[in-house]
Order: sequence, then C-alpha cells, then structure tokens
Amino acid sequence: MKWINRAALAVAASGMIAAGAQAATLDNIKKEGVLKCGVSQGLPGFSNPDDKGKWTGIDVDFCRAMAAAILGDASKVKYVPLSAKVRFTALQSGEIDVLSRNTTWTFTRDTNLGINFVGVLYYDGQGFMVRKKLGVTSALKLSGAQVCTNTGTTTELNVADYFKSHNMQYKVVAFENSNEVVAAYDAGRCDVYTTDRSGLAAQRTKMKNPDEHMVLPEVISKEPLGPAVRQGDDQFANIARWTLNAMIIAEELGVTSKNADQMKSAKNPEIKRLLGTDGKYGSYIGLDNDWAYRIVKQVGNYAEVYDRNVKPIGLERGVNNLWNKGGILYAPPFR
Amino acid sequence: MSGAVSVTTETPKVAWFRDPRIRSLVFQAVTLLIVLLVGWYLVDNTIDNMRRQNIASGLGFLNDRAGFDIIQSLVPYTSDSSFGQAFVVGLLNTLLVAIIGIFFATLVGFVVGVARLSSNWLIAKMAAAYVETFRNIPLLLQIFFWYHAVLKPLPGPRDSISLLGVVYLNNRGLYLPSPEPFGGFYIVLGLFAAGIAATLWLLRRERKRQEATGERKPVLWTGLGLIFGVPVLAYFVIMLAVGNPLNFDVPALTGFNFTGGVTIIPELFSLVIALSVYTAAFIAENVRSGIQAVSHGQTEAAYALGFRPNLTMRLIIIPQALRVIIPPMTSQYLNLTKNSSLAVAIAYPDLVAVFMGTTLNQTGQAVEVVAITMGVYLLLSLGTAGLMNWYNARVALVER
Repeated sequence: MKWINRAALAVAASGMIAAGAQAATLDNIKKEGVLKCGVSQGLPGFSNPDDKGKWTGIDVDFCRAMAAAILGDASKVKYVPLSAKVRFTALQSGEIDVLSRNTTWTFTRDTNLGINFVGVLYYDGQGFMVRKKLGVTSALKLSGAQVCTNTGTTTELNVADYFKSHNMQYKVVAFENSNEVVAAYDAGRCDVYTTDRSGLAAQRTKMKNPDEHMVLPEVISKEPLGPAVRQGDDQFANIARWTLNAMIIAEELGVTSKNADQMKSAKNPEIKRLLGTDGKYGSYIGLDNDWAYRIVKQVGNYAEVYDRNVKPIGLERGVNNLWNKGGILYAPPFR
Repeated sequence: MSGAVSVTTETPKVAWFRDPRIRSLVFQAVTLLIVLLVGWYLVDNTIDNMRRQNIASGLGFLNDRAGFDIIQSLVPYTSDSSFGQAFVVGLLNTLLVAIIGIFFATLVGFVVGVARLSSNWLIAKMAAAYVETFRNIPLLLQIFFWYHAVLKPLPGPRDSISLLGVVYLNNRGLYLPSPEPFGGFYIVLGLFAAGIAATLWLLRRERKRQEATGERKPVLWTGLGLIFGVPVLAYFVIMLAVGNPLNFDVPALTGFNFTGGVTIIPELFSLVIALSVYTAAFIAENVRSGIQAVSHGQTEAAYALGFRPNLTMRLIIIPQALRVIIPPMTSQYLNLTKNSSLAVAIAYPDLVAVFMGTTLNQTGQAVEVVAITMGVYLLLSLGTAGLMNWYNARVALVER
C-alpha cells in the first residue's frame, strides 16, 4: 500500500508548509530584502505615483521610514496599490506587511478584522465638496442631493448617519475606484462629493476647473488616518508604532535630515537615545541602534514629511501640529 | 471463425486485490477519502488561522444593521436594514440587469445574426462590422464608454429635457411617472390577464382544428377584443361608477433633484447597453452559424414548394437552426450574468458592489461573504443552464 503512505505524507507535508507560513513578519522582510506596503491607487499628498512610477506622499514616506529602520534603505519598498475595498483582506492574507493607505482607525477595524492600528499619521475629518454655482454654503442645506463617494469606506457610513440624523433625504452613488468618483462628480453625476477633507483637497487638483468647486465648512466626522499591521506579531507592531513616534519625536527635538549627523553628538540625552548613541534601544524591537537615525536621515522628521507632501495640496498643519504648537500630535517619550 | 475459440464462462480465480471490481471500489473510496481529508484540512486550517488572527467568523453579521444606503432598490431598504437585506437588494439588482440584458442581447443578436447573412451587401457588411467591433473591445472599456457617453451629453437636473411635462431626462437618470393603482384597477388587470389566457386557448383550439380538418378561423380580432377591449371597457365603467382607478405619480423638481415617479439611473442604463451590445455580438455569431448549419437543400425545397424567402426563414430555417443556436446561447447568457459583476466600476449597486464590496469591507468577513457570493453566482448559472436545457430539449429534433 505504497500509495496510501504517499498520500498520507502529502497531506502531512502540506500541513507543515501551511504551519511554516506563520513566521515573524520582521524575519520575512529581512529575508526578502523588501517591505511590502499597501498604499492607495493615487491620492496626491498621501500616496501617488508620478509618470515614472515613483511614489510620493505622507503614507509613502511612512513606508520608506519603516524600510529605512528595518532594511537600512528607504528605497527598499514594494508599493501595492489597493482599493478601499480590498485593503484589509490584503493585510490579513499577508499580501502586504503594513497598510499605509489613508485608513481611518475605528473600533471595529481595530478589533474585528485581525489588524491593529499603530497610531495616527494624519488627523482628518469628512467633508463635502460642491460646485460653487449651486449656491450652497452649508451641508445642512443638502437635502435631496445626490452624493458621490467610495464603496467600502467609513465615508459611506458617516454620510448615511449625517443625513439621517439631520432628517435630510439623499441618494448615494458609490464607486469602487476613487478616480471614478472624481470623474463622475466632475461630469455632473452628483451634486456633492464627499470623502476626508484631505482627500477633497487632493482630488480637487485633478478636476477640470478646480476653482469651480468649494469645500463646505462642516466636518462631519473624526477620521484619524494611520498605518495598520496584522494582529499577533507584537514585535512588528512595535516597530511600526515607534517608526511613527520617532518621526514625531525627531520634530519635537529639532532633529532633521540635514542636521542628523551633527545631532549625534548633541548634549540632550533624549536626542542621544533617539539617534542610537546612547543605550541599546534598537535591540528592544529587534533592530540595530541606528534605526531611528536612518529614518530621520533618509526620510526626515514629521514636519519635513508633511511640508514635502501635504502642504503642496493646500492643507496647513492645523490639528496635525505638535501638541506644544497648538496641534494634537503627541508621541510618548523616548526612554 | 467457427468454433475454434473456446469461451470460458467461469472467471479465473484471482487474488482479491487483483479483482478489477474491488480494486476500482478501493480506489474510489481512497480518492473520496483524500478529497474529504484535504477539504477538511483546508476548512479547519482556515478557521484555525482566522481564530488565531482574531478575525470574526460566522454568519451572524447578516442580522447586523448595515448603516449604508443604496441608490437603487427593488425592495424597501434603508440604512437601518440589515446586511442580509442589503444582500437581497444586491441580488435583485443583479437579476434585474441580467434579465433586461439577456432580453436586449437576444433581440439585437438575432437581428444582427440574420442581417449578416443578408443578400444586401451593405446590411451584411454593417452587421459584420458590428460583430467585429464590439466583441473585440474589452467589456470594461465598453462599460466606461457607455457610462460617460450617457453622462456627458445630458444636462443637469435644472435644465432637464422634458417630455410633455411628465417624463424628464437628465444626467441623474430618466424620471418616469409611476402608476398608482387603486382597488378597481386590479379588476382591469385581472381582465387583461384573463384576455391573454383566453386568446392563447383559442389559438390552440384553432391550431388543433387546422391539424384535424385543415380549416382555421382567424382569431386576431377576437383576441384583440378579449385582451384590450374588455379591460378598457371595464376601466371606463369603473371610472364612471366609482372614480378614476389609476393615478400617476409625476416626478417634479424639488431642490436639487427630481422626486416622485420611477427613476432609471444612468448606471443601470449604461450597464444594460454595454452588456447587451457586447453579448449581442457573440449571439449574432451563434445565430449565423446556426442558420448556416441548416443545409441549403432545405431552402431550395421550401422554394420549390412555393414558400417566399420570409416564410422560408421563419418556418423552415429558424426552427432547425435553433437546435444549433440554443446550446452556445446558454453560455452567452451565463457570461452576461457573470459579466454584470463589472457593474461596481460604474457604481451600479449589484451583488458584487453591495455585498462583496461594501458589506465585506464593513464586516471584514471575507471568507463568508466571498463564499456566499460564489454560491449565488453558481446557483444563478445552474438555474439559467437548467432553463435553457429544458428549452433545448423542446426544440431538439424529434425523430419520428
């Protein structure tokens, strides 16, 4: 009965292969030499490819910062463009290592989807865009409007709640691809285009006549956008969380990509800890001591990243400023 | 070859494991066992991994509040409805687009297929150009094309194209008045249905009589009277006695958009056009090949009997061609139904958009949602195939 043995062996072997796939994310990334990062399909300021296929944006820079920390080279990132619909499945299934795709941190997503958010990269809120010639000045006057948006987003739920709670009628036209949303709104399919206010500002630049449109003053939701990793790998979650924190702390301490080398010999002990000249903090998260230095040197601190990516689309720092400069950006101490 | 070969009737004694019957049974049992084991392993592994990663599982989510709205729904639905109801809405929208699409694709496909064989050079070449153009352009591109071709030229709601002040057309859709029948109107509808049934019965009786005696009375005027005359008469009687049994809800511009009446959204419109036009190109080829499969002798025989080309086509060629046309037609219908899932690209709320899109994303239960969606498409396909096989059996050649 050789074939029975063979079959049993095959079944057992496939079991072992599947079990082996659960190895630590960090080891996999080091082995493959590349970080697989889930980004959007094109959102200026956040993650957007140029005509040469080079990705830029604040979400992209977070991926680059993680690659700099883990692999020592910010360019060792494989960008995986994802629609809003497939992003969580891509992360759950291991197609990507980290999801950095202007994704709102919510209770359900954090607990029920097998993923963990590691922090907030950009504090946002949902808004409405309309044509100026419509003569609407407040979202409360939108009863009866047709609203274009993305499927599979918190946006779709917020807008339903907002219109319901204000007793207004509306019709929702939901597309899978955000470029199609913009195209349809631009073609006059809807009266209103709704998404996160950062998205509105970014997408307006893609329209035929950006000046014909305006963003209404109402902010109808909290949208803390942040990166997420799979549950069950605490070490990797720590790396992601502290990559983000290191960028914010570097801004607090005045460490920039330009002065990072001089700062290594600074007197401030927190700068020394951050840049790895004191202690062995890198080893606590499975990295070498220069990890945060590389983030600042190759990618920059939070302010540099923000000014490079988000400012050009017309969004001031606002709440995304540091806690001691009137914003709510606050990282735990580096010690 | 006479009695030289002696035939042994007794099977020679062999070891049981060399007995072909036992061996095949054992092999089948083992194959089944392996399939079951692998299946069990896959399911178990999935559940185990999902539990380890803290991903919710089970079908309980179908009762949870959906929280999102859907632009087109054939059944009552609000954001307070459950995910299960959203599933039904999506399924019905898919069926709607599939049924309308199949109807128009068949109509256009038949006309183009017959036209391609026309003796008129221009008509034949135009039909050929149609087929070659539309079956060679990817469907998704065609959907986008029709969507923007429908959206772009139409005016906004405030400059709608109006027809008699009751029908309005703009880039938000086609607004039609919707009938609102009162009690008395159902009597009219009932009479209408009864009229159709009576006419069908008459037709059958006359056909039988023709087969038996060769004589046949025309039923056209009797039929028209039964189907339309009686209900119209009843309508006026009711109107005089009780009052108008039928009102229309006419759409009107209120604020941003029209309200009231029925709306045909541009997404449905362009999706139906794209699917019909695309599938019709394939159906046309099926029809052409079916007609060409009927031997030319049939045509000649019909002509010899004095049939005119029109009647020859209708009574001799098409019935025989159907035998060849129906089986590949089934797969075109299945294709159309499955292709309707591209609807999500232009925001038509079909099953994939509502269930595999929004619902999946809000619940995160990919395994269950995808499995249910796959099951539904499988059932739809099996249903369509079953219906078409039944029809195929009816038109198949009956050998006497």
